[in-house]
This record gives sequence, structure tokens and C-alpha cells, in this order.
Amino acid sequence: MYSASDLRKNLRLMLDDDPYIVVDFQFVKPGKGQSLYRCKLRNMLTGSQIDRTFREVDTFKPADTEEKNMQFLYKEGDSYHFMDNENYEQIALTEAQVGDAKNFLIENMECKVLLFRDRPIDITLPNFVDVVVTEAPPWIKGDTVSGNYKPVIVETGYKVSVPPFIEQGEKIRIDTRTGEYLTRVKG
Amino acid sequence: MSAQWKLEAKREALETRACVLHAARAFFLSRDYLEVETPNRIPAPLPESHIDALPAHPWWLHPSPELCMKRMLAAGYGRIFQISKCYRSAERGPRHLPEFTLLEWYRADCDYRQLMEDCEDLFLYLSGAMGIGTRVTYRSRLIDLSKPWERLSVKEAFDRYGSASLERALEQDRFEEVLALEIEPRLGGRKPTLLFDYPLAFASLARVSKDNPAFAERFEIYIGGLELANGFSELTDAEEQRRRFESENEVRQKRGRMPWPMPEKFLEAISRMPESAGIALGVDRMVMLFADSASIDDVVSFTPEEL
Repeated sequence: MYSASDLRKNLRLMLDDDPYIVVDFQFVKPGKGQSLYRCKLRNMLTGSQIDRTFREVDTFKPADTEEKNMQFLYKEGDSYHFMDNENYEQIALTEAQVGDAKNFLIENMECKVLLFRDRPIDITLPNFVDVVVTEAPPWIKGDTVSGNYKPVIVETGYKVSVPPFIEQGEKIRIDTRTGEYLTRVKG
Repeated sequence: MSAQWKLEAKREALETRACVLHAARAFFLSRDYLEVETPNRIPAPLPESHIDALPAHPWWLHPSPELCMKRMLAAGYGRIFQISKCYRSAERGPRHLPEFTLLEWYRADCDYRQLMEDCEDLFLYLSGAMGIGTRVTYRSRLIDLSKPWERLSVKEAFDRYGSASLERALEQDRFEEVLALEIEPRLGGRKPTLLFDYPLAFASLARVSKDNPAFAERFEIYIGGLELANGFSELTDAEEQRRRFESENEVRQKRGRMPWPMPEKFLEAISRMPESAGIALGVDRMVMLFADSASIDDVVSFTPEEL
């Protein structure tokens, strides 16, 4: 059981029999009064957000979620297939369930899949992925008009801004949490 | 690297902090107050429902210097002030730190109304010392510190800003929620607000109002939505105070907290205390106001997380 003083950003808990994640959190305490915990929570099944204020006497169950290490196998149509590293069982996630992670999923990549009562609901990628640039406009030396960055497309179809010297066929590193280019990867 | 940068960025706020501390001392010394220091480490804090002390084995760090300062008041020190570090467990947020600084002062032969005037004078003295005249800008709001400040009773505040009347909020056990979430953010926007006369259930160590026995002579200062200080006409009836401590301890036990021992020396002292008034003012929040900071983190050299 969690008590209200355990509340913090990214805590997962059960509310009205649904799993929620705390996305924003504020501690409020009126003079000599009891502590109040103002939270913004996201329903992990529906994605809808709610505001709730908890008191110090409130308690919660941790969300019945389980994180499993899985390998991304392949994409087929609208479904993304993963394999559980422990028992080799395969599961499929829809494009909606995969969310923004689809921009960085590469075959054979290790990631963490969050399950709620055996149902996949979220996916956590490694913080950094290396991807091949598949489409890049040529670098025109001395071109100062278009600025210091240019847009390229990588193997997953994701579009990202990179420095102008990056060329087609090169590998670049992306921070999956921000979706931003970090560095060129050699070899 | 980032920690270093944060510390460098605090310079202006820390200069404001030093100025606030110096000017506050000068203000009280000019009014013949004696600056005192009382122990930060005490055998046990006063029993209060919602305040938890940090351990300093086998004793405790004081959540405020109230206990010792009132014993001094009872011994004839009629005008005293103290600026001290205070400690409260499980309080952390944009306006809370587990270690923070309180300015407390006590005055014999006066009540909370005169104390309210002290507060007006103190803030004007501080703004004068900082060379900003009588107005301060906090979070893009220009606040006029000149006298008199707005005086608003708790009952009126609920009627004006709350989703429930005071009576209804008390019945539904929503007093703190309505006050903190609905009323507080709207107080002290143009001029500071002195919110006064708290229902008896929240009397704490305040005297019952002579004109209005359902209320206690307690007030708080709000400026730009910031709660800055809590003051009382002090309760000098030891038996009444004992009953209140007992009920605070009952609330503590119901919520799974340890009850505190009855502070016998303190109770003995307050029965000898003159009619008096006292107040605790949050120095960090006062610096937030004058430095226009949104977070208490910005006005201390180090937060616990930055150590």
C-alpha cells in the first residue's frame, strides 16, 4: 500500500479499479493544517487525465502492472510483435498502444513492455537508439540561409533535425525521451 | 556542473535574503526588542496534529521556537524576537522545506490587532530598506504594502471565495481544502490580506475571542497568494491549553502518529504569562516575495536535494 506521502511524479497506482500514473504533483499545506497532495493523473488504459486532491490519510494500492523485458521482432500492418525474453512467448501491440515509441523501434531492439493484468499498455525504450539515415537533402557548402539544421528521415520513417553535415546512409544517435538528435555514430 | 550553475543563479535572491535578515533585525532592535536564541534541540515539541518533528536522538529538532520563547515571556521578557532554523518532517514542495527559517516575535500587554500593525510596519520597513518604496511586484502582480492592509475574517473569506460556506466546509471536513486550494490563491493580490478569526477547531494556541466565542484570535498574513505568517493573541489559560493538547494528541493517534508528552513546564509557564501576542513569520517565503521567486528552492543556498 502507498500512503499519500509516497505520491510523486511517475508513481503508478490504482484508482477506481484502473491503473493511473501521476503526471504532475504538488504539495500544499495550509498553516497548521493537514497536508494536501494535488495530483494530475493519467489513466493508463484510456489516456484521459484527471485532477485529484489527496489527504495525508489516503492510501492506495500500487497499480497491478508488471514490466517485462522484451525484444521487438517486426512490424506487420498495424501490429508490432514482441517476444518475452524469459519464456519466448510472443505478443502483439497495436500502433496506438505503441504510441510515439514507433518512431524508434528497430528490429531486435530490447525494450520494456508494461502489462496490466497481462494486457500490454505501455512501452519503455532504451534512452538512446542508433538509427540509419535513409533520406537526407544534400549539404550545400556555404548555405547559411537554411540555418544550422536540416531535416532528415531515418529508417523507422521518423523525421528529425540534424546538423547539415549528416549524409544519407550514416548512423545517428537519438534520445528517445526528447526525440532529438544527439551525435553521429561512426562505423 | 548543473548544480554549480544553479548556485550561481541564486546570487540575487541570496543578496535579497541577506538584506531581509539585516533589515528585520534593525526593525526589532529599533523597537526595543531583545534578540534571543533558544535551543533548537528540545526533549519534545508541543503536541500539534499536523506538525511532525525531525529526530535528533534522543531528543527532537524544534518545529518552531514557540515553546521556549513563551517560557521567556512568562519570566518577564516582554519584547523578544528570534530568527531561527526550524525543522519539520515530510514537508517538501514549492513553498516547503524540511529545514527553514522562522522569525518569531512576542509582545506582552498587547493582542493580535496590535500585532497586525507590527506586521504592516515591518513589511514597510523592509521594502524601504530595499529601496523599492511601498510597492512590491510578485509574480507580475503589483502589490501595495501601504497601511492599512485588507482585514478579512475567515468567515467572510469562505463566503467570498469558497465553494462552501465556513459552516458547511467544517461540517464536511473540507476546511483546509477550501482554504488552501480555493481561497489562499486569491488573497493578497492588490494589498496584503490579514485573514483573521479562525474557528475554534483551528484555534491552536490562540485565545478565544471575547466578542465572538465561536472563534479564536488567530490570524495569517497573505501576500500575492503566499501564506507568510501565523499570529495569535496568546492563550494564557493552562487548563484550556491542556485540553487542546490532549485533543491534538488524539488526532495524532487516530492518524497513526506518536502522541507527544504533555509539556508540563510550558503549561505551568503560560498560566503566569501576561496578556500577550506572538507570531511566526516564514523568512524564506518573505524572501520569495521580495525576490519575486516562484519556488522556495530559489531563495536558499542549498535544498536538501542539492547537497
